[in-house]
Amino acid sequence: MKILVAIKQVANLDDEFEIREDGKDVDPDFCDFEINEWDDYSLETALQIRENNGDEGEIVVVTVGPDDAEDELRKCLGKGADRAIRVWDDAIEGSDQVAIARILTKVVEQEAPDMVFMGVQAADNAYAQTGMSVAKQLGWPHAAVVSSLDYTPGASTATARRELEGGLEEEITVNCPAVLTIQLGINEPRYASLRGIKQAAAKPLDEISHGDLGLSDDEVGEAGSVSRVRKVFVPEKGQAELIEGTPAEQAARLAEILKELSGA
Amino acid sequence: MSEILVIAEHRGGELRPVSLELIAAANELKASSGSTVAVALIGAEAAALTGAVSVEGVDEIVTVAVSNTNFQPEEWAAAATALIEARSPSLVIMPHSVDSWGFAPALGATGNYGFATDVFGIAQDGGEWVATRAMYKEKVHAEIDFPGKSTVVLTVRGGTWKPQEGSSSPAVSSLDASATANSQHVTFVEPPATGDVDITQAEFMLSIGRGIAEEDNVEQFAELAEAVGATLGCSRPIADSGWLPKSRQVGQSGQIVGACKLYLALGISGSVQHQAGMKHVENIICVNTDPEASIFSIARYGIVGDIFDIAEELATHFE
Repeated sequence: MKILVAIKQVANLDDEFEIREDGKDVDPDFCDFEINEWDDYSLETALQIRENNGDEGEIVVVTVGPDDAEDELRKCLGKGADRAIRVWDDAIEGSDQVAIARILTKVVEQEAPDMVFMGVQAADNAYAQTGMSVAKQLGWPHAAVVSSLDYTPGASTATARRELEGGLEEEITVNCPAVLTIQLGINEPRYASLRGIKQAAAKPLDEISHGDLGLSDDEVGEAGSVSRVRKVFVPEKGQAELIEGTPAEQAARLAEILKELSGA
Repeated sequence: MSEILVIAEHRGGELRPVSLELIAAANELKASSGSTVAVALIGAEAAALTGAVSVEGVDEIVTVAVSNTNFQPEEWAAAATALIEARSPSLVIMPHSVDSWGFAPALGATGNYGFATDVFGIAQDGGEWVATRAMYKEKVHAEIDFPGKSTVVLTVRGGTWKPQEGSSSPAVSSLDASATANSQHVTFVEPPATGDVDITQAEFMLSIGRGIAEEDNVEQFAELAEAVGATLGCSRPIADSGWLPKSRQVGQSGQIVGACKLYLALGISGSVQHQAGMKHVENIICVNTDPEASIFSIARYGIVGDIFDIAEELATHFE
């Protein structure tokens, strides 16, 4: 049994930041990075399936991202993934989600896992696109926004619930192998143990380029994309009227406002 | 003449209201781009919804009777592809919804069409479509273009346009499409009835978020809500942690608090998903330690401060 989990390192923009000189992105010097919250749930889903399978099976984590993204792969290895793959080279810069998905598709084809899990979306840019784009390029069965999953390794189908709007869920069966995007709340992601973190340093982490996957230059980057950011800008935003003072003064004013607006 | 194609969304035999918002978006673009507006209805029984989408500005309705009544991603993607290939629309829009997340990326992945998601601005520049979406947790907006693509497919954020009203008598045609379905609908699962309140009916909500930090702190805010006469709600992390039932969750995957007139958000940063359930409320007041939290950009009044300090002081005014 092998499960492939694709993750993304997401950016948290500082309160003060600058736009890059070409106007097409923010300056990365003003970003902190962390693993996408959804990916913790994807990895946990894979880890639990293996535990319920008598600890049999391999879990491979993959990301498309620059050197810094290795930190997030190591964290996944610390939680129990066996092996990691990071795909990056200069030509990949400027890829949109379709091009990123093309790269991940090649990794899946090489690894031939029984299941692929990805987050529903990434916390920074929220495209909600890459997982299902990979499924389409692979031609694999798929389901988006999975909020519970019943899958036994080797089975020809899995039963899943998709989280719809307004608290509604849909139960489906999906043929396997499949690409599923995993929703927050499907489980309680574990923390890495100290022992796990120590072991992670010795686990294999392969660094490969798009060429290693048999992709040409025009299949990645801007040339391999179907959309292009032409400029970014800071939007004009509304701003609440701030209630100032000590907490007691603020609360007194808040009480007045609440009484007035609630008609109490 | 070019065409704007709206892919309507339905569930359980009912048109989802966001479809009418998209028709309004299409109508806004119709004049400036010299386009016609067609609405597509995909599904075995979707033809029954032609009346529901016969609103002002719709020139044509196309039904695609695939074998499933309920959403099935491969069939929906095949239907959308057949529609695009048959009609060569310059723009295809559909809601940025859970169902669209399941099939729209397949259209982008073909590489044949321009594609962007969660768009809240659409314009033309020199005859080419330009879409606006947010990046970096909404702190930055980005203009996206689609060089060399004669058809652009966009998923559009709900709540951006007001639903189209009025009526029309569009021509109705049909198109065939089929695909191998690799997943099967079993059933819809309604949220568990908790015997709890219906927050969609509440006029005054007090909602709590991550800022409450621990489950033991929920009780304090439940008491405060009762004291001020508000219905207690929450953001997603609180419901996911099981600290409050899912029926109290406000947001895209929770409830839209349609009747609410006054919304007090305590320790809620205001993610897009949460805002989807409450952004419309006339009077939003927020308390948060982070002055950069996006909730401040939609609130009428805000307090930068500690929710525990404020809650404790506030309670003394409602004894």
